[in-house]
Amino acid sequence: MSALLEIAGLDAYYGRAHILQGLGFTMNRGEVLALMGRNGAGKSTTMKAIMGLVPPAGGTVTFEGRAVQGREPFEIARLGIGYVPEDRRVFSELSVMENLSVAQRPARSDAPHWTPERLFALFPNLGRMRDRPGGAMSGGEQQMLTIARTLMGNPKLVLLDEPSEGLAPVIVEDMAKTILALKAEGLSVLISEQNLHFAGNVADRAAIIEKGMIRFTGTMDELKGNEAVRTQYLSV
Amino acid sequence: MNAVPQLQAAVPAAAQDPVLVVRDLQKSFGGVRAVDGVSFSVQAGTMLALIGPNGAGKTTCFNMLNGQLRPDGGEVLLAGRPITGMKPRVVWRMGVGRTFQITATFTSMTVRENVQMALISHAGGIWSPFGRARDRHVEAADALLAQVGMLEQAERACGVLAYGDLKRVELAVALANQPRLLLMDEPTAGMAPRERIELMALTADIAAAKGIAVLFTEHDMDVVFTHSDSVIVLDRGRLIAHGTAEEVRRDPNVRAVYLGSGATSGGH
Amino acid sequence: MIDLILTQTLNGLASASSLFLVASGLSIIFGVTRIVNFAHGSLYMLGAYLAWTLVSSFGAAEPLGFWGGVLLAALLVGLLGVVIEVLVLRRIYQAPELFQLLATFGVVLMLQDLTLATWGPEDKLGPRAPGLKSFVILFDNRFPTYELFLIAVGPLVLLILWLLFQKTRWGTLVRAATQDREMVGALGVNQRLLFTSVFAFGSMLAGLGGALQLPREAVNLHMDLSMISEVFVVVVVGGLGSVTGAYLAAVLIGILHAFGILIFPKITLVLVFLVMAVVLVVKPYGLMGKAPIGGARGHGPAEPLLLPADKLTKLAGLIALLLLVLAPLVAPDHILLTLTELVIFALFAASLHFMMGPGGMASFGHAAYFGLGAYGAALAVKWLGASMEPALIFAPFLAGIAGVVFGWFCVRLSGVYLAMLTLAFAQIAWATAFQWVELTGGDNGILGVWPSAWAVSKTGFYYLTLGVCVFSILALRLTIFSPLGYALRAGRDNPLRAEAIGLDVMRIQWVAFAVAAFAAGIAGALFAFFKGSVFPTYMAIPRSVDALLMVLLGGVQTVAGPVIGAFAYAGLSEQLMKATMYWRFGLGLSIVLLVILFPRGLVGASLLLRERWTRQPEPAARLAAEGGR
Repeated sequence: MSALLEIAGLDAYYGRAHILQGLGFTMNRGEVLALMGRNGAGKSTTMKAIMGLVPPAGGTVTFEGRAVQGREPFEIARLGIGYVPEDRRVFSELSVMENLSVAQRPARSDAPHWTPERLFALFPNLGRMRDRPGGAMSGGEQQMLTIARTLMGNPKLVLLDEPSEGLAPVIVEDMAKTILALKAEGLSVLISEQNLHFAGNVADRAAIIEKGMIRFTGTMDELKGNEAVRTQYLSV
Repeated sequence: MNAVPQLQAAVPAAAQDPVLVVRDLQKSFGGVRAVDGVSFSVQAGTMLALIGPNGAGKTTCFNMLNGQLRPDGGEVLLAGRPITGMKPRVVWRMGVGRTFQITATFTSMTVRENVQMALISHAGGIWSPFGRARDRHVEAADALLAQVGMLEQAERACGVLAYGDLKRVELAVALANQPRLLLMDEPTAGMAPRERIELMALTADIAAAKGIAVLFTEHDMDVVFTHSDSVIVLDRGRLIAHGTAEEVRRDPNVRAVYLGSGATSGGH
Repeated sequence: MIDLILTQTLNGLASASSLFLVASGLSIIFGVTRIVNFAHGSLYMLGAYLAWTLVSSFGAAEPLGFWGGVLLAALLVGLLGVVIEVLVLRRIYQAPELFQLLATFGVVLMLQDLTLATWGPEDKLGPRAPGLKSFVILFDNRFPTYELFLIAVGPLVLLILWLLFQKTRWGTLVRAATQDREMVGALGVNQRLLFTSVFAFGSMLAGLGGALQLPREAVNLHMDLSMISEVFVVVVVGGLGSVTGAYLAAVLIGILHAFGILIFPKITLVLVFLVMAVVLVVKPYGLMGKAPIGGARGHGPAEPLLLPADKLTKLAGLIALLLLVLAPLVAPDHILLTLTELVIFALFAASLHFMMGPGGMASFGHAAYFGLGAYGAALAVKWLGASMEPALIFAPFLAGIAGVVFGWFCVRLSGVYLAMLTLAFAQIAWATAFQWVELTGGDNGILGVWPSAWAVSKTGFYYLTLGVCVFSILALRLTIFSPLGYALRAGRDNPLRAEAIGLDVMRIQWVAFAVAAFAAGIAGALFAFFKGSVFPTYMAIPRSVDALLMVLLGGVQTVAGPVIGAFAYAGLSEQLMKATMYWRFGLGLSIVLLVILFPRGLVGASLLLRERWTRQPEPAARLAAEGGR
């Protein structure tokens, strides 16, 4: 089985700070991978670098055998990578339907095809507020809308940046169900996460990032069994 | 690792009058009641956690206490004096310190200068156009920094500090006016588990030693259940539960709207 | 009386239409690209010139010739918009907003000279519109049909824009990009295409606005700056980013002008000023505007640490000062004159830096206070018969008081809003000096402003200037490191935190604004005695931009920067002016290139270079990167 996403030697700067320092990992088709690490370790930057939002200074990002580093974000999105930022960023003055329509792309043969109706089946709340402006929704609803919006592009891989951060525990549970539902659809999901419990519930494997480098990769069970790694890099 | 100075709990045994009293607080946005008749109080030297689902009105409630929002109704009393609807800077002068969810420091200044700035303001000296600001209140600033374990980094720029250290600087700044009440909005957001516990333990020590009342919002239930003396729960603008951490945790209503089964948020 | 009111209302509505077209174009472009297009007035002017040429060659008497010419002119301006977007703006979307504003001002300068070279300096009289040449009798007054047509254009365009934005996919994308352009790109929308199309569309609206003016007024070379400053007033009053707000404000301003001419013909602008004042007090971000999302101070990186000068820097400063003191012993007269001017500009730049650097308030109209200082001195000499010494003392107070009045409004805004408002105030000051001929001599200025006998020699005046300026610059510097200066910087770094430690940010900024105006007034007063005369151009937009360039060239983040920048810039522009008659084009091009090559400014560029050179990871600065916490 070929890898879906291969990252090697990724370097990225943010202003003057050298955030990613030769970072590399591989993701398989159909898996949920948790990118874990402390605040400031480089999780968000990794996602932004994959998406082209932070231009990588070096290294390669290979998606389905194609090098995507250095391309514009919209091109990367059209290749089948969907990005859900951590701070939600719904279009607050656009209605739910309009939010979805912005991201609408043609169907592709090798990925699930999403329509607003299918998404409303997955997120029943959204279906009840089609004409509500994004700004008038609660934090949890907005989080669901950003995921639904990203799915409108019919991605093969979804990048979810800190999906559980700042959400009530009960919404976090919904979020976990959603991620598992996406996996069941055949999507691959990369999540960045600090919450080991949450990651343990949804992810197949974990990659631990510290100072812009991957320090550990393994299954969730291997991570749970490895106390040294957990205390050193996750401060648990 | 920074040494956390152990402070002795020298609180006056029973602080009878609460430091903060909130009565029937009301706020609507475009017809939606964001906060609807909320009342509670905080005693000196104790920590009160404010929890609830996103959009329950926590931030609105918070912003009415610190003066960023003017309530539609109700009153806020600080040590018996009304501070309802006063501006943030006035509220601060009356003895309310605060930290922000997204750390707010002066990036073009050193750690010490950040604290000095607050001390200069507290002493009423900001209008002086002469004399070097760097030379003012140096000792007092260093004492505050020592208290939060940041003295070694006093000369560093705030723009380059680690996240957990920034939170400590904020705490030192918030303590500069010798507040009676400390408001902390999601103080541990974005921190690693161990950092969270350390910061809140430090806060609890200082609050107990100086008799400061602390009100904080929080999503991490480990922090809430470890470091609060009591907990209030908001849902859709209303207070739905009030009690000790244990009481609130067992409340079926709270479990339904907020806590859930506890499967993802840690081992409760 | 009633009929007079009605006709003037109609007149106001008619003139509002072009104003609305240009303002809505500016607003739409700003919404998506976050760039305030200074060159939008120039696009309006080009629309008028192009329409003049096209209509004349197609035959103005034919309806097809006239209307075809007008529409084609608008389309051509839209096309020019594409060129500008691709060549200039696309390269600077990541630059700080001030640099973006400067770059588009560079485009203004270039287009000014291009227009001059193409159409020459004479005004062009346009034909009347075929089919709309007649008059309608309204309330016993003859009212041109064309004016009625223009009145209809405004609401019609508003309706079209509304339909476009609400009912088309392009409109949805534009509205989405207005809120979060990066996210739109990450969702698979071709951002470049969207940006270019938006810029072209906004330019076309400006071009149409200009072309439609053809039958109303003579086409001239001053249309660009006079339009852009009015448009700035319109978008500030209406709310930047709101098309409906732009229409309401355009109508308001149009009608005010129409009545102002009737009531106070000399000072119509005062009326506009008063209305703007009332609106801003009630709604700081305009009638339909919203407070800017996120940080109010733009999207630059965190401010770097500011430390007092080290010994080496102090020594260098001392040596430079010593050289300036000794200069008259060796320097010939013409060098001494240049030096005097440079020292005055150094103070002017330092005064702007005071509010811009530590204060974080970028003024695009700082020349107002320089000019008011100059006029203060000249008026004191001419009308009060004052000698130099009292005039020099009186003049800065005039500038300072203006700073107190204007600053009260300005500190309520921030970022580009503040920049636009300062520019509008400067235009008001300029127009007052220009229009109030009885007091100021209008365009002829005030002559015979000479120094006292002791300072009349070149060396004497040089020492006077050097003494006053060095003292003032050092006082400003001292203040920057004082508690007041720290409080000012605190308000810039983080207004929320500043308020939460008891600082009255607005009042502190207000004081800084007034201090900066006062100091600029000192420079202006010296300049008046240096030149022996004052003219309205002392307050014109280009002079304000001079000051900005000096500060930016030297670097906003350093205290010595503006002084160095003043010497560098003033020397440079003088050479340029000597070298070519199209110096505006040269200057504009240099500004554009400077911004494209060094989008973070010269100091930012050198910092970045140094970082990359050493490749030192700053472990904690990464926090800013990680989600900007």
